[in-house]
Amino acid sequence: MSDRQPEHYVAPIEDATVEVDALKLKERKSNLWLDAWRDLRRRVLFYAALLVVLVVLTMAIAPTLFTDVSPTLGCQLTNSNGASIAGHPMGFTRQGCDVFARVVWGARTSLSVGILVVVITAVIGIPMGAIAGFFGGKLDSLLSRIGDIFFSIPYFLAAVVVMSVLGQYRSVWVIALAIGGFAWASLARILRAEVLQVKNSDYVMASEAVGRGRMATLLSHVLPNSLTPVIVTLTIALGAAIVAEASLSFLGLGLNSNVMSWGQDISQAQSSIRTAPMALVWPSVMLTVTVLAFIVLGELIRDALDPKSRARR
Amino acid sequence: MTSEQLSTQNTTREADVLVQDNRYVDPSKPLVEIRDLEIEFTTQGGTVKALKGVSFDIFPGETVAIVGESGSGKSTTAHGIINLLPDNGKITGGQVLFEGEDLTTAKKSELYRVRGRDIGFVPQDPMSNLNPVWSVGFQVREAIRANGIASSKKDVNARAIEVLKEAGLRDAEHRMAQYPHQFSGGMRQRVLIGIGLAAHPKLLIADEPTSALDVTVQRVILDHLEALTRERNAALLLITHDLGLAAERATKLIVMYQGKIVEAGPSKKILQDPQHPYTKRLIESAPSLASQRISGAKVTHVGESGIDVADIAATHEDARAKQDITPVIEVNDLTKVYSIRKGNFKSTPLTAVDAISFKIPRGTTLALVGESGSGKTTAAKMVLGLEKPTSGEIILDGTNLSGISKKDLFAVRRKMQPVFQDPYGSLDPQRSIGAIIGEPLKVHKVGDAASRKARIKELLDQVSMPAEVADRYPNELSGGQRQRVAVARALALKPDIVVLDEAVSALDVLVQAQILQLLADLQSELGLTYLFITHDLAVVRVVADEIAVMENGKIVETGTADAIFDNAQVEYTQKLLEAIPGAGIDWIE
Amino acid sequence: MKKRGAHLLTYILRRVLQAIPVFFGTTLLIYFMVFAMPGDPITALFGDKTPNPAVLEALRAQYHLDQPFIVQYLLYMKDFFTGNLGETFSGQAVGDVLARSFPVTLKLVIMAVVLEFILSVVLGLISGLRKGKLFDNANLVAALVLSSLPVFVAMFLAQYFIGIKLGWAPVTVGQDTTWGAMFLPALVIALTIYVTGMRLMRGSVIESRQADYVRTAYAKGLTHRRIVPVHIARNSLIPVITNTAASFGALIAGTTITEGIFNIPGVGNVLYQAIIRGENPTVVTFVTILTVVYVVVNILVDLLYAVLDPRIRYV
Repeated sequence: MSDRQPEHYVAPIEDATVEVDALKLKERKSNLWLDAWRDLRRRVLFYAALLVVLVVLTMAIAPTLFTDVSPTLGCQLTNSNGASIAGHPMGFTRQGCDVFARVVWGARTSLSVGILVVVITAVIGIPMGAIAGFFGGKLDSLLSRIGDIFFSIPYFLAAVVVMSVLGQYRSVWVIALAIGGFAWASLARILRAEVLQVKNSDYVMASEAVGRGRMATLLSHVLPNSLTPVIVTLTIALGAAIVAEASLSFLGLGLNSNVMSWGQDISQAQSSIRTAPMALVWPSVMLTVTVLAFIVLGELIRDALDPKSRARR
Repeated sequence: MTSEQLSTQNTTREADVLVQDNRYVDPSKPLVEIRDLEIEFTTQGGTVKALKGVSFDIFPGETVAIVGESGSGKSTTAHGIINLLPDNGKITGGQVLFEGEDLTTAKKSELYRVRGRDIGFVPQDPMSNLNPVWSVGFQVREAIRANGIASSKKDVNARAIEVLKEAGLRDAEHRMAQYPHQFSGGMRQRVLIGIGLAAHPKLLIADEPTSALDVTVQRVILDHLEALTRERNAALLLITHDLGLAAERATKLIVMYQGKIVEAGPSKKILQDPQHPYTKRLIESAPSLASQRISGAKVTHVGESGIDVADIAATHEDARAKQDITPVIEVNDLTKVYSIRKGNFKSTPLTAVDAISFKIPRGTTLALVGESGSGKTTAAKMVLGLEKPTSGEIILDGTNLSGISKKDLFAVRRKMQPVFQDPYGSLDPQRSIGAIIGEPLKVHKVGDAASRKARIKELLDQVSMPAEVADRYPNELSGGQRQRVAVARALALKPDIVVLDEAVSALDVLVQAQILQLLADLQSELGLTYLFITHDLAVVRVVADEIAVMENGKIVETGTADAIFDNAQVEYTQKLLEAIPGAGIDWIE
Repeated sequence: MKKRGAHLLTYILRRVLQAIPVFFGTTLLIYFMVFAMPGDPITALFGDKTPNPAVLEALRAQYHLDQPFIVQYLLYMKDFFTGNLGETFSGQAVGDVLARSFPVTLKLVIMAVVLEFILSVVLGLISGLRKGKLFDNANLVAALVLSSLPVFVAMFLAQYFIGIKLGWAPVTVGQDTTWGAMFLPALVIALTIYVTGMRLMRGSVIESRQADYVRTAYAKGLTHRRIVPVHIARNSLIPVITNTAASFGALIAGTTITEGIFNIPGVGNVLYQAIIRGENPTVVTFVTILTVVYVVVNILVDLLYAVLDPRIRYV
């Protein structure tokens, strides 16, 4: 090492301002939800998906706004597999029913089953996952074991069994229970994992140190901060539930044949795929677009709520 | 040699020639010349200029330290030298000349050659810097192969074992097949140092190499690093946030602030005669230097507009005289035993806290000091009533916590509140600041909405935060500001006791000084009693009246701050004292 | 090496032990759904058909309905393990049907899983390395749309466009269960499920690129060419491999519709025919079998994860 003496350099003091920890507030309030909402509002895709969802929702609630043709009465075999004519833009099914009307009325079935499944999944899955994750110990072992059992049966197969056995009771509620009664396990797992992470935060300890009971802490601090994956999962689950119902109907295990269902229509139009594909195509398109809209919404929400992905953009 | 040599550097060598692995290096020409280096980062908010024109030299065999707080650009400089910036970073101006060649415009193949072989790098966090899915031996071997040190399988393996041995790892052969998570933090850092030096580079860049390690391990690792680099006549560029550490280890000191160099020169000279306002404030705020100054070292009291932590320590001397001897917290034989489940169906007991006892008189501060695993945090949790003791008693202001009913515990909680370490985790991100501070009032049903609002404003005032912050959310505040909010929350119920668990450990030095001042002011204004948990003995000197040192669950020594610092009895305490960065600086003129 | 093996072994043991209550719980649940419902389970099994009383009696005996519920279940399990799985309505032994159809399904699923893995890894890697650019965005959109297609819709599209219009592949498989004949349905399955694996790969690649250990690898002097496969891809592969293995299990249990549409004589098809014909006892038996397979595959997936990621073995 040389015996060089390093010189003493000092930066110009005139332009030196030492600010320690200055408070810099943004113009508008900012927290996770507000920022996420602002982010969503900027994206065109959000509006597109929202539009589809609203249209389908309206079809489900008030189908007569879209068509006055009855989907079940007035089916004349003479129209069998007919092409589209004035007043019947999508042509006819094999039974001679108006495809457009059936598509519109089918929305009600799909959406009601979808929403019910989501509600059931949430009502069972959220408490199971949150309690197992937060309280830990033997309670966690027990609840997780139960969750594992339900999780281990692919929910579609379980629904198949239930609907086969309960042949007489084919209502929207039964189908929803058949699907949701097993799908909750996946949500419970996801929530449990998130709660396990959140519960280690210091603000949870602070809440208990202030004197809140454990359950109160879970409800007021832990759960709200664990909701992100839940919301995303539930939105996507809506899409998945619609597909499940359609699949069950496709197999003839869905609702009764006098109730409209896209899955059933697709199933019936199967045999005429070569000659009159339109009766197959329209319900398929409707189904796909609806499911796609929910899945896209779920993904957009996930992106909006994920602080890391927002930082990257 | 001039008499201005720091006593830690006492090797002599021929002035004209340095030999490194049979290569002659001219010691009068700089090894690295950095000229007006500018680096930018692109973030969602726009481009940020991290380095705004940095220039300095490193000569062969020299040890240079860059000191700064977070955001100063010190790490960016280190990474920028070998062009290791993340995807969103870019060198936008200036040059980095290594032995005359500009690394900023070099071809990729040139950079690959220089990295590892000519310039080695030791990163900060030993856990995240080793790939968890490959064995340690694998990662050492690939470094050896990449830098052309050996080529045949046998040679590579032999050299790898040598590297680990030199790094100070015993049974190196056995360790080669193990995975990073099976090593302790100190061992992992040794591996990284070994990898950095494996090719005998001319320059070793060490980016905060010990800040993620325990205090006693830090000194050992730094000594080792110093020895190895000196052995190989390598230059060392040390990045650190600790001024004491920098002054102790380096001949030349560079102080950075907001992307610029504000002062640079011989380390001792800068400490004794700082010119730039920022440097002066750094010196005033650094706890490690403060403890030196208090013990009478020859650094003049700087007296700028900033906060001098030595002054804070002085208030404790005054306070001690008027102590009221009633203990507000009394802990007797407190013990906590956990049952740890091991992989093979059995569980072993782990004694986290082993029969500790202490008393804290009203209005004073007891510092509970220990490294990680000493049990100090567990003890704090038990005092706060967040964990149930296995045995022993805790008496808070006359109330014994053992066997206490839920209702009584709820009432007692009003008397003591915590402030935790992680400012980014201690505030619920979904709540506004006002709601966070007001939560204790709500839970204990104190007053009505209007009076609570007034109290919140009062609290914000006490911690020097503007009232408008109450409607905002934590994500808009910095670490120091969040800690102020945490302190405000702790004071909401007018407690007698505040338990501070590493409350300033995550803060930058200047901000830390501000918070320590705030805590000192509040203590004298409100007559608070503090239980201050920390691993940093230097901070303890500034804040504590009494000190209790914990090791492996037991208290090994207690005493007043002066007693411990001047005359520690127990070996462990002495080790902790020696480990304070800057303890080795020889201030002799 | 010895120590490493010991930890792995204990992990395997623990995992298998954990799975046993789950196994019994699952089969019990299925059994419960069928046999503990209100009403006569046997007639319920027949839905709205009215079978021959002799058949009813035979079935009652087969399902031990005179015994208390738990005993029924245990006897059922005993039969299950000893290979006595009953008969289908057409009189064939379920065991035989299984032996014939399972290999076919296995072929289909293996092809689908291999295709899914290739799609996930390749597309995920490129997307991850080119985050935000055209390829990445196009890839993400395509994957999203494909995954929203319900299986039967996708199958019909494939049948119609590729099979009928273009004539490139057979529309039904029937007895011709060669790899080539089943390629189209396997590909369609892969296209509808690869999105998860691809996103996992992409996410891991993006994270790995910014990881500290990758930066240190560059600092050691390693080249990009070495770092991408050894440090980025290797770490990113773990979740993808386990995801693919999990899909394997899910697919074995879920090829019902595909096999129905393409007329592939696998396990799913047997189930499909049984459902359509209302042969509920067969449905229940097959669902139970498929569930058991699913549980076993999941255990293997966890073990695979432990082999790939050394940290897991110590948990």
